[in-house]
Amino acid sequence: MSVQNKINQQFPTAQIEEKPDRLIISINAESLREFALMLYNEKDFRFDFMRSLTGMDWGEAGFGVVYHLESTDNKHQLELKAIIPDREKPFIDTVSDLWKTALLNEREVYDYFGIVFIGHPDMRRLYLRKEWEGFPLRKDYVRAEGLDMSNEEPDDTTVTWYRDEKGIPQARRYNLFEKEEYVVNIGPQHPATHGVLRFRVSLEGEFLKKLDVYCGYIHRGVEKLCEGMTYQQTIGLTDRLDYLSSLQNRHALCMCVEKAMGLELSERIQYIRTIMDELQRINSHLLFFATFCMDLGALTSFFYGFRDREKVLDILEETTGGRLTMHYNVIGGVEDDIHPNFVKRVKELLAYLPAALEEYRKVFTENVIAKNRLIGVGHLSRENAISFGTTGPTGRGSGWACDVRKRIPYGVYDKVDFKEVIRGECDSYARYLVRMDEIKESMRIIETLIDNIPEGNFREKTKAVIRVPEGSYYTAVEASRGEFGVYLESNGEKLPYRLKFRSTGLPLVACVDTISRGEKIADLIAIGGSLDYVVPDIDR
Amino acid sequence: MEIGKSKKKELVKIKSIPYDEFKNNDYLEEMVRELNENGTNVIVGVLDEAINWGRGNSLWPLTFATSCCGIEFMAVGAARYDMARFGLEVARASPRQADFIMVAGTITDKMAPVLKRLYDQMADPKYVIAVGGCTISGGPFKHSYHVVKGIDQILPVDVFIPGCPPRPEAMLYGMMQLQRKVKLQRFFGDVNKKEVSEREYEEMMKRDMTANS
Ligand code: SF4
Repeated sequence: MSVQNKINQQFPTAQIEEKPDRLIISINAESLREFALMLYNEKDFRFDFMRSLTGMDWGEAGFGVVYHLESTDNKHQLELKAIIPDREKPFIDTVSDLWKTALLNEREVYDYFGIVFIGHPDMRRLYLRKEWEGFPLRKDYVRAEGLDMSNEEPDDTTVTWYRDEKGIPQARRYNLFEKEEYVVNIGPQHPATHGVLRFRVSLEGEFLKKLDVYCGYIHRGVEKLCEGMTYQQTIGLTDRLDYLSSLQNRHALCMCVEKAMGLELSERIQYIRTIMDELQRINSHLLFFATFCMDLGALTSFFYGFRDREKVLDILEETTGGRLTMHYNVIGGVEDDIHPNFVKRVKELLAYLPAALEEYRKVFTENVIAKNRLIGVGHLSRENAISFGTTGPTGRGSGWACDVRKRIPYGVYDKVDFKEVIRGECDSYARYLVRMDEIKESMRIIETLIDNIPEGNFREKTKAVIRVPEGSYYTAVEASRGEFGVYLESNGEKLPYRLKFRSTGLPLVACVDTISRGEKIADLIAIGGSLDYVVPDIDR
Repeated sequence: MEIGKSKKKELVKIKSIPYDEFKNNDYLEEMVRELNENGTNVIVGVLDEAINWGRGNSLWPLTFATSCCGIEFMAVGAARYDMARFGLEVARASPRQADFIMVAGTITDKMAPVLKRLYDQMADPKYVIAVGGCTISGGPFKHSYHVVKGIDQILPVDVFIPGCPPRPEAMLYGMMQLQRKVKLQRFFGDVNKKEVSEREYEEMMKRDMTANS
């Protein structure tokens, strides 16, 4: 029986809309819990991977939460919209016990919209300070004046909501850390946290007992900013989320808008975009190598990695004009045609890199100290990887084939032959090796494409004012650290009604607590490094 | 004693880059002019010069990066751009050991008190470089609800480096400008201390009081 029929049978009130790539189902928030359980448990469905969770403000119709689900076995796609009509007291049940990725995502929604998730173990704000007034992504939000320069107090307690006998939601406070626990603060200014991420860890001797993540030190409010911008303006901000995936991020947003408008792109554009994405991936993984090794004390590798990364940047710079924020993809194509030297220099790079990779292998991969510090450290099981939604090399290091390039091909990935690198060891070393092997695969992809770039337009004509037809759209690409998704809801105006970016990094920090428990505190650095998150992409 | 032009050039010299290749020299000249005008007695001791030569050529930055600009800052420290050539190599993880802070990346409302605290923890004399559009004005996120619109609201900034992100060369240039400023600043340090002696200070106070009554 098809998914659609089955849902119809069990939930006659659910509204179902069929799209070529997915089903869109709208339900009332009251039946969410039951519905979610069915989707998760029912044998024919097994929606075990939550791609994205988005809060919504639908004005008169109330608030809402949109879940994007996928079943890793059956490959079904589903978009579930839960509507909360009560604007005064927006409550909804949690699904964080089914999909662990919801743990942080639901906190994000609470932070943005003030929607309370009943049953969520830890209903604190995620990004903003607890003193912050109002919920910024509500449409009627007005920011209070002034800059709060007081120092932040650590939270030792948190709140969780439950329903009492009458079914009325009640709050209950409990302690995150007990009085006698030994709690150490790491960050937000710490050289090994890769940016401004903050942890509070409870220690038992040298071993980690519990870890609490604090985000938001680089929360720039990008999603709200986008709501006040035209589509052409919004694409400028994506480069600055995960700046090591800037081309891929922008690819995702452009593709989302193009698909929604029904714009056909020339082959040439697809080729250029694919090659650029892969160059970016090499660039990002080289930087990963450099910083990860530096965190573990191998300073030489830092210089090697950066030396070779500059070579990739030279090529990118020649064509795009930028080193980091490249602003290359635009809606309808790319900003300018590739530089006449492009093909030649890419080939030079491809000839150069194998020797460099061999050098890395000698310097670090085969190093006894590195192996001792990485093998068996930070075990992330396949089930947890799916549940947390840790896509990208992290998921593939845990044996989960989660590559968007294979799952839902875009660009010209369906035309090239490349291997999805998967390893089953589930530890930090596996995550490291996956990235190193991915550099080689990226090189293979580029090699196949570089000589065959077809003639054609590098940019299709678009109207000066872009309007996207009413509806909701979700598009994803494989960025350097996993699935980067764009969820766009349009009401036909020239500004997006809601634009949400599925962060690649948020699931990665969400799983740090689980995988570092019982490890030594020094291993936290290795684990964090091997996950390779970029903090502005977590906080957005 | 006036400071002659050649002396001035000598004071702010950056090795192998001619004085006139720097922009904003008028700013440094203004600093000197002000000092001269105030009748400052500039006696540059040999020891003084030696100390400032050392200070200007070994400015140590604090490792501080919040976002994109931070990656370019790392590139400046790495193989190709190699800021070690200019004595800037030792990025310190602790604010206690750093001479200046490169604020590389967006500063948000939540980060602002942390940044201020880091600055307060640094030992005097300390300097601030604002890197990138974000730290200068909020940059692309100027209209956001959670971004500080220019760090000069919370810290005294010595050098601004515009760009999004600034190229590594621009960062080096900005850091050199800071070095030049530091090399000149000894006049301030010494002179200001000498200028107002205890006796003079009391006289000033008396003057103020009579003026007020
Ligand atoms: S100025 Fe530009 S590159 Fe620098 S932190 Fe801001 S957005 Fe990023």
